[in-house]
Amino acid sequence: MARAVTNQRKALNTALAWIVGLAIFFPILWTILTSFKTEADAIANPPILFAFDWTLENYSEVMERSNYGRFLSNSILIAGGSTILGIIIAVPAAWSMAFVPSRRTKDILLWMLSTKMLPAVGVLYPIYLLCIRLGVLDNRLAMVVILMLINLPIIVWMLYTYFKEIPGEILEAARMDGASLKEEILYVLTPMAIPGIASTLLLNFILAWNEAFWTLNLTSVDAAPLTQFIASYSSPEGLFFAKLSAASTMAIAPILILGWFSQKQLVRGLTFGAVK
Amino acid sequence: MTFRNAFCASSALAICVAGTAAFADGHSATITIATVNNGDMIRMQGYTDQFTEETGIAVEWVTLEENVLRQRVTTDITTNGGQFDIMTIGMYETPIWGANGWLVPLDGLSEEYDVDDILPAMRGGLSHDGTLYAAPFYGESSMIMYRTDLMEAAGLEMPEAPTWEFIREAAAAMTDRDNDINGICLRGKPGWGEGGAFITAMSNSFGARWFDMEWQAQFDTQPWLDTLNFYQGMMQESGPNGYPSNGFTENLNLFNQGLCGMWIDATVAASFVTNPEDSTVADSVGFALAPDTGLGVRSNWLWAWALAIPAGTQQQDEALQFIEWATGTEYMQLVAWNEGHANVPPGSRTSLYENPVYAAVPFAQMTLDSILSADPNNSTVEESPYVGIQFAAIPEFAGIATEVSQEFSAFYAGQQTAEEALANAQAITNEAMEAAGYQ
Repeated sequence: MARAVTNQRKALNTALAWIVGLAIFFPILWTILTSFKTEADAIANPPILFAFDWTLENYSEVMERSNYGRFLSNSILIAGGSTILGIIIAVPAAWSMAFVPSRRTKDILLWMLSTKMLPAVGVLYPIYLLCIRLGVLDNRLAMVVILMLINLPIIVWMLYTYFKEIPGEILEAARMDGASLKEEILYVLTPMAIPGIASTLLLNFILAWNEAFWTLNLTSVDAAPLTQFIASYSSPEGLFFAKLSAASTMAIAPILILGWFSQKQLVRGLTFGAVK
Repeated sequence: MTFRNAFCASSALAICVAGTAAFADGHSATITIATVNNGDMIRMQGYTDQFTEETGIAVEWVTLEENVLRQRVTTDITTNGGQFDIMTIGMYETPIWGANGWLVPLDGLSEEYDVDDILPAMRGGLSHDGTLYAAPFYGESSMIMYRTDLMEAAGLEMPEAPTWEFIREAAAAMTDRDNDINGICLRGKPGWGEGGAFITAMSNSFGARWFDMEWQAQFDTQPWLDTLNFYQGMMQESGPNGYPSNGFTENLNLFNQGLCGMWIDATVAASFVTNPEDSTVADSVGFALAPDTGLGVRSNWLWAWALAIPAGTQQQDEALQFIEWATGTEYMQLVAWNEGHANVPPGSRTSLYENPVYAAVPFAQMTLDSILSADPNNSTVEESPYVGIQFAAIPEFAGIATEVSQEFSAFYAGQQTAEEALANAQAITNEAMEAAGYQ
């Protein structure tokens, strides 16, 4: 009897998990389906789920109208560059906070996180003017630096949490064996925190990939990433749902594939240290 | 390869590529144009190669959704950022930005361009102190689009210039709740360019105005109360469910699916609802002037999407060349030749409406009549201090009108009474106008 109840509960949990999973995935599925419809089918009432005339016309039109390759390469450069640069800066910062904390470390961590609470539009004009003065509007390198700075508090926080799980005695032992600070971080700490660093890398890559406020405001042509690509298909006047869905599908496809292949690493990193 | 080597190599590669790529681009004869995403603009982008072939000037497009574009170009022009050589702006921004010296006056246009051919209403709305600051790419007013079959079935005939009372009666007669047919679809969505634009234009015909000559808000007057009560009463009787959140696109979808008897909106929508590829009712659409109440002002608006040159550009001559090409008669002929007259950008030039082939397009005459009957300098029954029909051309208007339209939408949704919505609108407007130094 007890076994039957357990099995029943298991089945219920599984069904619930599937329902929640499908509900979360449904907007993406709907976007993908809409991208294969005509504009008329895209707005049909009641909505058509599968029984429509499948067409690739939206994709060919989007490819014809926009330079997808340029937007994609900019997204890869900006998201990848900012994530890697962020990790390079955040690893030593998180090390010092985790292993040689001062009286103010907790305050500094909280202060860093508080910068994320400022509405981005509040600093749009200062940042915009700064970019004009430095001549770096619509510049990929500038976007790498700006997105790195935006995501740095999260990177430091995540790494700090992972590093705190690593026993300080191991680092002490390395020091006693004659390891320099650089060697201690590179050869002892980093390999032990690989799952945490990998999940931080992935999460921040996704955050930078999806960042839309700064990329829409500070880029126009040369540095414009996929967020600009999607925005160019949005319109309050006319029928653009199917084309917008095709553009959205093309923009999210790379990050979906990356997420799909790295989900094991991502989950492992995010739950790292959760169970002691 | 060790983790460290891989990490260092990939970091260096990403930063170097980003850095070198940042300085690798650039072409001396390339102009960058910021524009909105709509059918006419996208069509123009398709013909850009011809302009480049003729002039040797390359064109880069930055296409954005209307509200994003507005924020983007405003940031750039107010900081003299120089990101764009041409900006697509509307009738609201042009006189304000022109007065601030942010736009290059278009007084260097060639004789062949024939600036006098631009419709007077468009020219007036895109000028400041008699100087043209933007050239209209296309213009629009608003009018009634209605289902001729449903109107006939209701035993009614649409006059060319109906009153609001007739529209309300006709909407009730055409409504068929069992078959999901709504007698009338109108904008109710918050936002100064959405429901705010519609209700302001409608209020003009009821004798309301935003400000008196001392810039005092006028929401505490009877005409505003009449406007809101009439709108809400009619929409409850004959409008679609969820109308307080419907904008242009939602109503277009409803109309194209045959779920609206009438729709009062931008004249540019006429080509969408009569296009059989998108509309299920394309062959049974009629047109009429926007309604009035007999007070001498109709409820149609006036708008243009126009091309302007920001003062910060380094390529003024090239930008002017493009504007002459894109808003001139040659471009219209190019589109007419390749895609038919119905696809020519409407509402900007007199010569287009003198063309007998274009005059045969079913909505051409009504579009022209609607544009000609709209006067942004004389848009209210009582005298008002501002220029504009569905807006007041002052910098503060967009912010105030967005808040006011939110109050109105809350009334439509039954969250407050008309009196409460108007009292809140009055307070919001007067507070903002006082802070801005008008009062």
